[in-house]
Amino acid sequence: MTPDGRTQEVADVDPDSSSELARQRQDSSAQPSEQGPLRITGTATIPPPAAIGTDPQAKPALSVRLEQLRAFYGSAEQVKGIDLEFRANEVTAIIGPSGCGKSTMVRCINRMHEEIPGARAEGRVLLEDLDVYDPSVDVVAVRRAVGMVFQKPNPFPTMSIFDNVAAGLRLSSRRGGDMRAKVEAALRSAGLWDEVADRLDQPGAGLSGGQQQRLCIARSLAVDPEVILMDEPCSALDPIATLKIEELIDQLKQRVTIVIVTHNMQQAARVADRTAFMLGGELVEIGPTQEIFTKPNDSRTEDYVTGKFG
Amino acid sequence: MSAHGSSVDGSELGQLARFAVSPARRRKDRIARGSILAGTVIALIPLVLIVYYLLRKGLGAWSTSFFTTDPTGNTFFGGSNIGGIKSAILGTIEIVALASAIAVPIGIGVAIWLVEYGKGSWFAQTVRFFVDVLTGVPSIVFGLFVYIVLVVGTGSTYAGYKGSIALSLLMLPVVIRSAEVILLLVPAALRESALALGAPRWRVIFNIVLPTALPGMITGVLLAVARAAGETAPLLFTAAATLKTNFNLGGFMNSLPVQIYKDVTSPTTAVVNRAWGAALTLVVMILLLNLIARLIARRSRLA
Repeated sequence: MTPDGRTQEVADVDPDSSSELARQRQDSSAQPSEQGPLRITGTATIPPPAAIGTDPQAKPALSVRLEQLRAFYGSAEQVKGIDLEFRANEVTAIIGPSGCGKSTMVRCINRMHEEIPGARAEGRVLLEDLDVYDPSVDVVAVRRAVGMVFQKPNPFPTMSIFDNVAAGLRLSSRRGGDMRAKVEAALRSAGLWDEVADRLDQPGAGLSGGQQQRLCIARSLAVDPEVILMDEPCSALDPIATLKIEELIDQLKQRVTIVIVTHNMQQAARVADRTAFMLGGELVEIGPTQEIFTKPNDSRTEDYVTGKFG
Repeated sequence: MSAHGSSVDGSELGQLARFAVSPARRRKDRIARGSILAGTVIALIPLVLIVYYLLRKGLGAWSTSFFTTDPTGNTFFGGSNIGGIKSAILGTIEIVALASAIAVPIGIGVAIWLVEYGKGSWFAQTVRFFVDVLTGVPSIVFGLFVYIVLVVGTGSTYAGYKGSIALSLLMLPVVIRSAEVILLLVPAALRESALALGAPRWRVIFNIVLPTALPGMITGVLLAVARAAGETAPLLFTAAATLKTNFNLGGFMNSLPVQIYKDVTSPTTAVVNRAWGAALTLVVMILLLNLIARLIARRSRLA
């Protein structure tokens, strides 16, 4: 498989990165049996270009449905009754001006909202058919199924690169299996393996901002979630690092459902299958990204995406 | 252009004068700087004098036998054979070690509760208030409390461990407050990202928060230990004083501060000199602890 991958890379003269992505995806799905070489350690073996969506044991991505979701800080209502569906294996972008409740809404999905003192949520968040706010639901289990990537890259400062990725597994008491293989697979999925393979024992905080953010993505992937929430994952990164994360998002959606909050409308246009526009704690509209940006139904959406306000 | 060049002695000087420092401001600046410097020097004088007298008088008392023999209690005959301070050094180490073993786990436990669970609740606020009150309590009050409860109250007598309890009460608020401050410095984003990985809260505390805060907490703990090691009052009527080296915390126990206190009131010159030697020893021990604390703090990733 190594020469195969190389030949293609040499043969491929098309500089368009999106077609390269498409090629990589074809590559990996066409050769599902190549999951094996992933376990080979060291850098000598060149892996399948994208080690994603090929794991036969991978759990299917889950859809997320919000039903009349309301979120409060004390008595202030920040999210005012939202009905919205995030489809499985799709990237949904959430745009809207600052303070419109994007982040709050997303944090309700993995129940991180309630970690803030005085904060609470009402309504239902359905993971396929399971209401994560049902009293019988273990919040810890919800967060294992719904990963999260934050605005600022925040690798654990006391841990090495390896330990950062392993942290999710260790912290949730799932030490079983080959930890090294799992860490490697997660780092490969986050497109970071080739850059850090020879320094796994060095502190995660020593990486560049973009690498740190991909390390955080690897960390959340290691727990094998079905949904990943990204809260402005690129706002602290430069354009090149941003591009890498966006390519990564494009690959990851084969495996997980992705909800990405962004202030950057170009980013939403680049990565999202569907885009939702929020204003003042309410959902204005949601639709295919193309439509939201070219012929939105609501005039407020049009004003926002054309830069009249916000 | 040419007007610019020709105006050198005229308007340009006027321009410069606009930006010149006025003599009045220069004067005020000198006075302000001078008084700050004077204050610093005045504050340094007693410090330097303490170190000077400690070294001059203390080093004279130091010798090998000074550290390796117990005091004999024989203070007459010009103090020819008064002995050293071995029992006091070992007693201080034993008492403070037990006091730390009591105060540090409890103190850090309270701090974790305050930061991670209690937060702004009324009970946490009440605890914080009483911890602050405890910080301001004079050390002799802790000694009295333990004397009344454990010495008089039990109808028994003095013991090393009772001194340790008095010291641990003294250390407790210092440990709680310093650990709380350090735990608050751990970025909330770290807790959030660990929680978002699906980690239970106790694991977030033990695997993420505590390792991150550890260097800072060690600094706080060592400073509390250093403070306790120098206390006389809580030990006077709890651990009392004795001559012999004692490894049984249930018995009377000597300690450096108490030895200094007893020696310095002696009429015999050699015994007073021994107090200086013991004082220097105590200062060096505490200095070493502080140095260790600083070294660890330098490695800290916070603060």
